[in-house]
Amino acid sequence: MAERTFRIWRGDSEGGDFVEYKSEVGEGQVVLDVLHTIQAHQANDLALRWNCKAGKCGSCSMEINGKPKLACMTRMNMYEPGETITCQPLKAFPVVRDLVPDVSWNYKQNKRIAPFKCKPADADGKHRMYQEDIDRVQEFRKCIECFMCQDVCHVLRDRDRKDAFAGPRYMIRVAGLEMNPLDDEDRIPELKHELGVAMCNITRCCTEVCPEHINITDNGIIPMKERVVDRFYDPLLIAFRALTGRRKRTKLRTVESTKE
Amino acid sequence: MDVSELLTIEHDVLVIGAGGAGLRAAIECSSQGLSTGVISKSLLGKAHTVMAEGGMAAALGNADSRDNWKIHFRDTMRGGKFLNAWRMAELHAKQAPARVRELQEWGAVFDRTKDGLINQRNFGGHRYPRLAHVGDRTGLELIRSLQDHGIHQGIDFHMECTALELLKDEEGRIAGVAGYWRDTGRFVLFRVKTVIMATGGGGRCWPVTSNSWEYTGDGLAMAYDAGAELMDIEFTQFHPTGMVWPPSVRGTLVTEGVRGEGGVLLNNKGERFMFNYVPERFASETADTVEEADRWLAGEEGTRRPPELLTRDVVARAIRAEVEAGRGSPKGGVFLDIASRRDAEAIKRKLPSMYHQFRELAEVDITKEPMQVGPTLHYFMGGIRVDHDTQMTAVQGLFACGECAAGLHGANRLGGNSLSDLIVFGQLAGKGAGEYIKALEKAPHVEDDPIKEAFRRATAPLNRETGENPYLIQEELHEIMAQHVGIIREGEEMREGIKKLEEMASKIENVKAIGASQYNPAWHQALSVRSMLLVSQAVAMAGEMREESRGAHTRVDFEGEREEWGKVNIVVRKAADGTMELEKIERPEPAKYLSEIGYADIDDLESGKVGADAPEE
Ligand SMILES: Cc1cc2nc3c(=O)[nH]c(=O)nc-3n(C[C@H](O)[C@H](O)[C@H](O)COP(=O)(O)OP(=O)(O)OC[C@H]3O[C@@H](n4cnc5c(N)ncnc54)[C@H](O)[C@@H]3O)c2cc1C
Ligand code: SF4
Ligand code: SF4
Ligand code: FES
Repeated sequence: MAERTFRIWRGDSEGGDFVEYKSEVGEGQVVLDVLHTIQAHQANDLALRWNCKAGKCGSCSMEINGKPKLACMTRMNMYEPGETITCQPLKAFPVVRDLVPDVSWNYKQNKRIAPFKCKPADADGKHRMYQEDIDRVQEFRKCIECFMCQDVCHVLRDRDRKDAFAGPRYMIRVAGLEMNPLDDEDRIPELKHELGVAMCNITRCCTEVCPEHINITDNGIIPMKERVVDRFYDPLLIAFRALTGRRKRTKLRTVESTKE
Repeated sequence: MDVSELLTIEHDVLVIGAGGAGLRAAIECSSQGLSTGVISKSLLGKAHTVMAEGGMAAALGNADSRDNWKIHFRDTMRGGKFLNAWRMAELHAKQAPARVRELQEWGAVFDRTKDGLINQRNFGGHRYPRLAHVGDRTGLELIRSLQDHGIHQGIDFHMECTALELLKDEEGRIAGVAGYWRDTGRFVLFRVKTVIMATGGGGRCWPVTSNSWEYTGDGLAMAYDAGAELMDIEFTQFHPTGMVWPPSVRGTLVTEGVRGEGGVLLNNKGERFMFNYVPERFASETADTVEEADRWLAGEEGTRRPPELLTRDVVARAIRAEVEAGRGSPKGGVFLDIASRRDAEAIKRKLPSMYHQFRELAEVDITKEPMQVGPTLHYFMGGIRVDHDTQMTAVQGLFACGECAAGLHGANRLGGNSLSDLIVFGQLAGKGAGEYIKALEKAPHVEDDPIKEAFRRATAPLNRETGENPYLIQEELHEIMAQHVGIIREGEEMREGIKKLEEMASKIENVKAIGASQYNPAWHQALSVRSMLLVSQAVAMAGEMREESRGAHTRVDFEGEREEWGKVNIVVRKAADGTMELEKIERPEPAKYLSEIGYADIDDLESGKVGADAPEE
């Protein structure tokens, strides 16, 4: 056990400030444990979200010492013994109270995406797809909706272009649909016209913070950009591909060429 | 308070809970054209279901074509020690495959067999590889598929909204729900014709649990207060493998999938001790040598299953016994070894979140070293008693499904049978609610007084000048449950526990939430400790009453199953004077074909000598 100093942002949409707490930290504890101790003994009404305490639900994301982290997976021994730990809510979203941000905008983006549309089954009534064809899709589906990628994406965070770009979380959600062998929907126009895939300029900040280690940019967004280029012959992106030397991908779906 | 000024929302159906069961029920209601609302304490997609790892059981017959609903049904009954509701176990086994395939049609991407079909894995108590899965994050796949499908079905989702009490009309029918928004603290009145309870279990009453903060048993308490019955509530499942170290993650689940993938349990002498704990009933279907167990794992026909895959109650007790005998691991558990059984790549592919969880939280690389594990409170077999076909409770217009409902699992649940339970009975509850509404002549109406009363009770913890700290109250409750109603139980100990719980009641009446009503966890906690106390009392009292050991309920003073207890379920209800009343109720006779299949010799069942005449629908 050792005493540690925490600076926790307390306040609401009207404003707030950091408040300092000192708390004992036990063996093997994570930041969330200490926040719970502070909550139980010093600040009963400290608002924070958590559910699984095992990195599976994405509820406890916050900014710890300036970086977006899952509080339940951030071990105290990652920090220097004397280091003060600063906790604040995800910055890209409005705050509700203390460490709880209002993430409802994300749910609205999700709803804009056209639902999965299943292809008809094979003659024997079964749907078939092969593991090697879905490995990538499953990578994207690991997303626990912690919204940390949304938090760091500069298009959303600094430029506040929430009107123009649905953000990396939803880019890979669409990518997971687009690459799903059973999905019969054409995703490309939606990606370009509505979700704003072109807004991303591949800084890879999202990929860096993803707790599920999803390769958001290289495996998700770039292939989607390429498919948009293939469809719409966007000269800028063609130039980009020429620059990065990426190969043109063939399309997965025959129906694509008949639509639009 | 003026009721007409309350924020009021009207629906035909309000589903309380946005886990697998609640979402599936809501989708069903909406598909019948009903105005459907869903409320949940946390954000959409964060319910407990998201944490499920290993898979969902359905006799698809993809991984082994010999599998069918009858074998699944028999496994479920045997696992539940024949205390399950026969009809529910039948419905579940028959309908699970269709529900799983439907999920795929809604976008779920399960791991595949070589032929491109939904792959299935082995799990404890299941004769054939039966669990449709996605690595070790099946619950995430389930909830996300339902969520992404559900948001396009015209359902109204009210997130971070807590139900406080159920409201009834003068004839005792469901007419509304009192609730509040967690973020603003604002009260809301739902005027509805039916409520589907899908609130999950109450594992948070124990200190070592795999359950999240949401599992305070609210749904059980609300239903009980409204006049519904709780059944089989003494059966609380201790999962054999929770993390034991570091202390802050004690109880966090280690999926049974580790053993399904070949992992073995070892004591500190390096022995595979499970071979010493094979119960009578399973002896003929369990390997008795390490060699046979390994050959089974390699898929060799005619070999029998390794004892690590026995049902959870058996494995949990064995681990406890090894630790007590001084053969435990340094951190007070036993070893679970997958490192020496599968290569590192396979482990990372099949068990990625376990790999991640141990590396991040315990600094253990499971591809190189064994894990240390011990029992953790995991699941409530018991819950709200429902009609087997419609899922309606004793209260008109109140339905229940998922973990908060009782019946399917009897005295012990098989792994993977919960996720399939959610989608099978979620759908049936939605159907049941629709039929009930169709038969209603006019919408039930709740008067003002009960509404005002409900909100007055809810504000009390905020308005009190001083009172008990709700967090410390929960810790106190934990101590009582751990000490008096644990994995191994004893009559006198439970009676003492019951007394202590009674003494806590007055403290809980006097909890104080510091601060305002806006996103105030102290207030949320103050409101849920009441449910926790009620659920704890029900478990303790029913546990004290059941004088035998069966499934997850183990009594040192009454060892072994007793025939007379196999004929009854215990029901808990609120008596007219407000006290908790317990009753033993006779179990209904099963259909003849069901009892034949349930008790059949496996060879007779598989050869068709038994069960061939059972209806398929
Ligand atoms: C770590 C872990 C792993 C598991 N793995 C498996 C597995 O591999 N296979 C398997 O079959 N089972 C597994 N289980 C069990 C299974 O996940 C659960 O039993 C199941 O998900 C419960 O689903 P549900 O829909 O009944 O409730 P939940 O998913 O728990 O949802 C409950 C909902 O009710 C809401 N709620 C509760 N109280 C209120 C209130 N007062 N007001 C408003 N809303 C409320 C909550 O917010 C939540 O939305 C696992 C469980 C755990 C903990
Ligand atoms: S790579 Fe694109 S989506 Fe990701 S952070 Fe950068 S701009 Fe945003
Ligand atoms: S993609 Fe990764 S960072 Fe983004 S929400 Fe999902 S899990 Fe979080
Ligand atoms: S609490 Fe679920 S990810 Fe942290």
